[in-house]
Amino acid sequence: MAVIGVSTTQNSHPANVIYTKNHLRYPVKTYAVNPKGGMLNREPLYRQVEDIQGDVDMAVIAVRAQFVPGVVKQCIKKGVKGAVIISGGFSESGNHELQKTVTDIAQKADFPFVGPNCLGIYAPDVVDTFFLPGERIVRPKKGNIGFVSQSGGVLVDQMVKFAGQGIGISLGVSIGNKAVLREIDMIDWFENDLETRVIAFYIEGFGRREGREFIRRAERCPKPIVVLKAGKSPKGMAAVSSHTASLAGDYRVFSEVMKQFCVAEAANEYELTSFCEALSCYSKGIRGNVGIVSLSGGHGVLAADACGAHGISLPQITSRTIGKIRENLSPEIRQIASLTNPLDLTGSCVDNDIEISVRHLARDENIECILTLLLPYSPGISADIGAKLSQVARNEGKPLIAYVPHEDKYKIIIEGFELNNIPVASSVEGAVLMAKALKRCRPC
Amino acid sequence: MLSKSDRHIIEASKSRGWILEPQAKQIMAGRGFDIPNFVLTDSIAVAGTFLRNAPGPVVAKAVSEKIIHKTEFAAVVTGISEEKILEREMIRLKALQGCEQVLVEEMVKGLEIIIGAKNDFQFGPVVVLGLGGTSVEIYKDTAIRMAPVKSAEVASMVDSLQGKRLFRGYRRSPGVNMAALGQLVANFSSLIMDLEENFQSIDLNPVICTQDRCVIADARIMLVKGP
Repeated sequence: MAVIGVSTTQNSHPANVIYTKNHLRYPVKTYAVNPKGGMLNREPLYRQVEDIQGDVDMAVIAVRAQFVPGVVKQCIKKGVKGAVIISGGFSESGNHELQKTVTDIAQKADFPFVGPNCLGIYAPDVVDTFFLPGERIVRPKKGNIGFVSQSGGVLVDQMVKFAGQGIGISLGVSIGNKAVLREIDMIDWFENDLETRVIAFYIEGFGRREGREFIRRAERCPKPIVVLKAGKSPKGMAAVSSHTASLAGDYRVFSEVMKQFCVAEAANEYELTSFCEALSCYSKGIRGNVGIVSLSGGHGVLAADACGAHGISLPQITSRTIGKIRENLSPEIRQIASLTNPLDLTGSCVDNDIEISVRHLARDENIECILTLLLPYSPGISADIGAKLSQVARNEGKPLIAYVPHEDKYKIIIEGFELNNIPVASSVEGAVLMAKALKRCRPC
Repeated sequence: MLSKSDRHIIEASKSRGWILEPQAKQIMAGRGFDIPNFVLTDSIAVAGTFLRNAPGPVVAKAVSEKIIHKTEFAAVVTGISEEKILEREMIRLKALQGCEQVLVEEMVKGLEIIIGAKNDFQFGPVVVLGLGGTSVEIYKDTAIRMAPVKSAEVASMVDSLQGKRLFRGYRRSPGVNMAALGQLVANFSSLIMDLEENFQSIDLNPVICTQDRCVIADARIMLVKGP
């Protein structure tokens, strides 16, 4: 990788941050380029990319906007495979002409680039072009979420949230002004990427008819797609002369079309996080019929309320299921457990009671997905409950979602689930949002 | 594909920016959509004959280049069953700004719905379906889909409405013919794909749905502003 625009004097220059970070922390071979030449920290500074002897897969361009066209030409000449253009000063500040010049040069040579005006890409353990000092950012581990953002800031912030929830990403891309590589190209790329299971987008807006093209690709793509849309409020809509135009505002159309084609639209960043985690474990959709197993009546009611608010149904459990559960429960709770949906097994239950309940709920034809609200404070719950329930879910083949408070003390329970690819939410509502994610398809 | 006469209507209406109701209905009729029997005339005698031969009451509407939203101008009179009233209303309508002819048509009773289209900047033509009439913008009970849609998809559009029970039959009202509605919305969605280059938005409002049919009682096509 070549980093073009590394400063000889200013160590905090974005290009220097990117160069240093990759040079010291990542396996990628990194070259620094500056027209002045010379040495930087005992490594050669190349005058131009063509002077580099080895092959260059990618160039990171962080020179002033007016020099970008020339640098892109040099990259093409050198045979560089693609670029990330960090530099700002293009369409975002009114310089449409300059952006068009760069775009034309690149497209003519079939030279793909990300940006301009972006943070570029972050591939865990491989490469990181974010000009944020390595010690400052919280990075998610390697995982299976591909995340594409029009805003670099949102991307970094979302990565912190992913890391906090233990969600890993396969690749994060800040597409900035998206002059060449756009959301639709990223769908194609992630569709073929073996490590990616869920493709998530932060979208501010599409170009003319670009939404239609996005939907076409999304429809074809077998992987779940999640979007978070910014700019929802109508901005100064011109007086509209038909009822339809006034009823179908821009955001309303966006949101309804996403639903029509099974793209999960997250209402906010918390939903985005929950949706990504749930869909990375279960890509098959449900109609929205959920069974809840709780150890506390209160948590059951809270979850039921959240289900109501998010359009999730809690169907009745069949009497056969109730009978099966009742006869297998431990004698201590057989008479006090409440066996309607949500099930309340009470704080006196033990691991086996929860396993029995989840197993038989999973066998109930009215239930498509099970939420289990695990309060690890109960004396009868063992540290092994996560692994045990994972085994049950695996045997029964229905999606299971767990709520466990995210405290270090309960990590062993959480790991029991996550190592088995069962999503664990850190709040009751988070668990409900995960179920909502699975309901992303509108029944036709 | 647009027919020659459709193109002709569009070209002739471009400078006005929208297509008058009779011509909009002509485009709809050309696609096989159900529109009420009508007569377009300035003659009270012709209108009277139409009323006498009609199976029930009629509606009279002013056709004017100056009137886009007819309700605001009291340019629609429904439920006319006597010639005397028809005559009086014809005289009043003809006096409205820009009105040269009056559209007199058979009145159909049923559930009033809106079927609309918007040419969305990001997604292109989209179809809107909801409860119609003059208060659509108050209830805002609509479903939106990217065109084209299949007739089978229309059931899910109806089911997503607050007012779905009115479509499915509620208390003593029998509900609407879902097959006819499905067919209409599907055909309408392919019409708007054909009109993609020309239209800005379309209101079919109201479309009157009964157990037997879905009739387009009013149609307005707003065109892309051309040179």
